[in-house]
Amino acid sequence: MSERVHGHPHDHDHARTFQPDHDDGGPMPYLQVMEIATRELLFEKGIITPDEVRRQIERMDERGRWRGARVVARAWMDPAFKARLLANGRAGCEEMGITDLEALRLVVVENTDKVHNVIVCTLCSCYPKPLMGLPPSWYKSLPYRKRVVREPRAVLKEFGLELPDDVVVRVHDSTADMRYMVLPRRPDGTEGWSEEALAAIVTRDCMLGTAVPRATERRI
Amino acid sequence: MSARFRAGDAVAVRAAYPPGHIRTPYYIRGKRGIIERLCGEFANPEELAFGRDGLPERPLYRVRFRQQDVWPDYGGTPEDTVDIEIFEHWLEPAAREITA
Repeated sequence: MSERVHGHPHDHDHARTFQPDHDDGGPMPYLQVMEIATRELLFEKGIITPDEVRRQIERMDERGRWRGARVVARAWMDPAFKARLLANGRAGCEEMGITDLEALRLVVVENTDKVHNVIVCTLCSCYPKPLMGLPPSWYKSLPYRKRVVREPRAVLKEFGLELPDDVVVRVHDSTADMRYMVLPRRPDGTEGWSEEALAAIVTRDCMLGTAVPRATERRI
Repeated sequence: MSARFRAGDAVAVRAAYPPGHIRTPYYIRGKRGIIERLCGEFANPEELAFGRDGLPERPLYRVRFRQQDVWPDYGGTPEDTVDIEIFEHWLEPAAREITA
């Protein structure tokens, strides 16, 4: 390759100076081939239509963390609601008008000054999708799933969250039919905020336990 | 099916390694913990995975384990725990010698 980097002409291939696309790496995996084959058969047989699949993907993408954040903000403002939510997560969401929860069975775990909760699915990638949308890619990654269950404090530190030794760390492994949401602690400095302003600082990671909300992140 | 265990009961996870679709993680087999709650009764995923109905439904529990009992080299505090959903047929009664 020419030593002259950009004093054209040069002989390197611009296309190769970029990271390859994630789906441009050789033969398609078996399960992906099977998914496409099954989908095309379902279309051919008239059981589902391409538009139905597209609409479902769009609908799933539109569900986001704000749904869970509203629930958290209400729990911060209303202790009676919080008690009902901790007793029955699904009923709490429904009480707030979030009713398209599919088969969600939700366990809400509360952070306190003595306990910090963090969520994982070591077997696959179970996630409270009807409440929080699609999981981030790191949640599905092997390093997160393998490490957070056996060295949660080290993993949380890498997320920027260092917990003192007098706070107990509880990992929740979603291995079967339950899904989980962390009810974070309401941060100091949020006295008098509206429910909407409170919900705005409850990020996705706060509800997974890899972060905590901060009043300094006020947006509204 | 009535539930065999109640919250607070000490249990041991079966150290069994059958083939198939098992929702009991390897890392917890053979370990002891405390029933945190009964979640309800659900179709058996080991049957559902093969296109069968999974009935009768089986009790599912959340079981709390001390991390130090799960990982001999655990680096956190002794009170740290991991809670895992486990079906009743994977659990046996255990002597109550640990507190989670």
